[in-house]
Amino acid sequence: MNNIAKTTLDAKPQFSPIKKLSRLALIGSAATAILLANNLFANTAYANEELKGTVALDGSSTVFPISEAVAEEFLAVQPRVRVTVGVSGTGGGFKKFLAGETDINDASRPIKAKEIKVATEKNVAFIELPVAFDGLSVIVNKNNTWVDYMSVAELKKLWQPGSTVKTWRDIRPSWPDQEIRLYGPGTDSGTFDYFTETINGKSGASRPDYTASEDDNALVQGISGDVNALGYFGFAYYAANKDKLKLVPINGGNGPVSPSAITINNGSYAPLSRPIFIYLRNSALDREEVRVFAQFYINNAAKLATEVGYIPLPGDVYQRALKRISDRETGTAYSGDQTSRATNLLTP
Amino acid sequence: MNQSSDNALNTSDRHLQRRHRKASLFSSFCALITFMGVALLALLLYQVCVDGIKWLDIQFLTSFPSRFPARAGILSALVGTLWLISLIALIAIPIGVATALYLEEFSKKNRLNRLIELNISNLAGVPSIVYGIIGLALFVRGLNLERSLISGALTMSLLILPVIIIASREAIKTVPMSIRHAAFALGATRWQTAWAHVLPASFPGILTGVILALSRAIGETAPLIMIGGLTYVAFLPDGPMDSFTAMPIQIYNWVARPQHEFHQLAASAIIVLLAVLLIMNAAAIVIRHKTER
Repeated sequence: MNNIAKTTLDAKPQFSPIKKLSRLALIGSAATAILLANNLFANTAYANEELKGTVALDGSSTVFPISEAVAEEFLAVQPRVRVTVGVSGTGGGFKKFLAGETDINDASRPIKAKEIKVATEKNVAFIELPVAFDGLSVIVNKNNTWVDYMSVAELKKLWQPGSTVKTWRDIRPSWPDQEIRLYGPGTDSGTFDYFTETINGKSGASRPDYTASEDDNALVQGISGDVNALGYFGFAYYAANKDKLKLVPINGGNGPVSPSAITINNGSYAPLSRPIFIYLRNSALDREEVRVFAQFYINNAAKLATEVGYIPLPGDVYQRALKRISDRETGTAYSGDQTSRATNLLTP
Repeated sequence: MNQSSDNALNTSDRHLQRRHRKASLFSSFCALITFMGVALLALLLYQVCVDGIKWLDIQFLTSFPSRFPARAGILSALVGTLWLISLIALIAIPIGVATALYLEEFSKKNRLNRLIELNISNLAGVPSIVYGIIGLALFVRGLNLERSLISGALTMSLLILPVIIIASREAIKTVPMSIRHAAFALGATRWQTAWAHVLPASFPGILTGVILALSRAIGETAPLIMIGGLTYVAFLPDGPMDSFTAMPIQIYNWVARPQHEFHQLAASAIIVLLAVLLIMNAAAIVIRHKTER
């Protein structure tokens, strides 16, 4: 790591040929040093084969931290492969992916029917690889004393389009007669798509009168400052702000369950556990560096996803994902806009 | 009689006093408003510094982004921004100054030129994301320049051209007519006058405009994200056709992360961005002082 730091200090853009030469020499010596270090600490088989090339990723901001972590680790074993990660949102990323501009798309929801249609038209075959779980969390203010849990039906009553719920009492009679103020992600977000599909039954169907923000930290701020607030966002944002917020256990039919690493991983936090994915362009797999990167991604997804605040999938799902890569098994397990239940993962 | 004139004097005296009081009230009001602006800026800087100072060290300046806040750095974004600014300056300054020179010194005041002038003023008010959309359609896809530094620099150049043109025109306008007349009287051509006299005389003003415009370019995020500036890049660009990231994109990404440490990293990056900006401004002041003499 230090070697990189030293080289790059000297590697500001320079224009004179002499400086360029000395810069090359520096990079060369550092690369040798890194190689040496790699051979010393090699813990994977990849370190031995020196690959070159580029792997371009883009897509969801939710998946970005995992992809960033994988790219960072991959740099250590394959320093000559240039991995880039952009953030254009799941939908924007799919547009670039299907136009052939990227090799891998980060997606916080399964591919949609209309995106599959474009893929068929453009003759783009893709491989769907789940990489982690994210538990959508329903959150209230820390000083909210009355909410003990909520059922999926109550959430639907609250969030469905045309909902007449104005006060807490409208949800459950024993709750106070105070105005409820709602916070949630904006309509471009995969989180919004997933929540509305799972709770309201149709992707994108939501009451419109809530404070929407693409910035989840703004939602955290809003909810932590308002005792009558309720909102939803990814579990990682709750985990980073535990002292300011209160988690609402969700009753999906088998009693109230709070999201946690365990309940999300074993599927008991239902139905708001959602898998997040990467989509791999099948033709890009012809390139050795993309194939090795994809395998590296899946092999390290469990560990790295945990480090950046997500929940790993059950181990056998990763095994199946690896098999998907080696068998080049294209297509989606989620036929279009069908309900994107986490359970779809587990049935191959 | 005496008494009444005394009274009149008193009244006018009181009028005068009241007017003086009004004047001093207004001037202290203006001072207060000015101070408020400065105080807000100071507060902002203070908060950024408190948050950001913790991670700000050589390691931060010389590392690539990382999932570990302690290892994360701004290097690829900083170098990307320096590349961008250099390319933008190379593209936008010649075009902008030449346009201003043409409009002020060479063009006839006809309807077409008035239309051009009107359009330039309007373009200065167009939201930056619109330039991003143009850049995506024209440079990235149309000219097939892909998601490269040069696409970003061309897009940003479009964005700041109106500012450079307007500021340069104002600077050229302030050059006294007598200088031009003197040059013409000595037999200089229009081109010689413009190049050897008007341009050097207006240089300090043009420089101010250029620096303001580049400062705007350095802080813009939206058009860069639109044309496909990346977020995680762990290499330095070799040339204008390479993919890139820039400081505002990196700051934006860190601010949106859940963990508080990344928010502090964003603050550190803001300090670096401010430092780059201040260095640019300082350089401009030095150059201006040298040329004014």
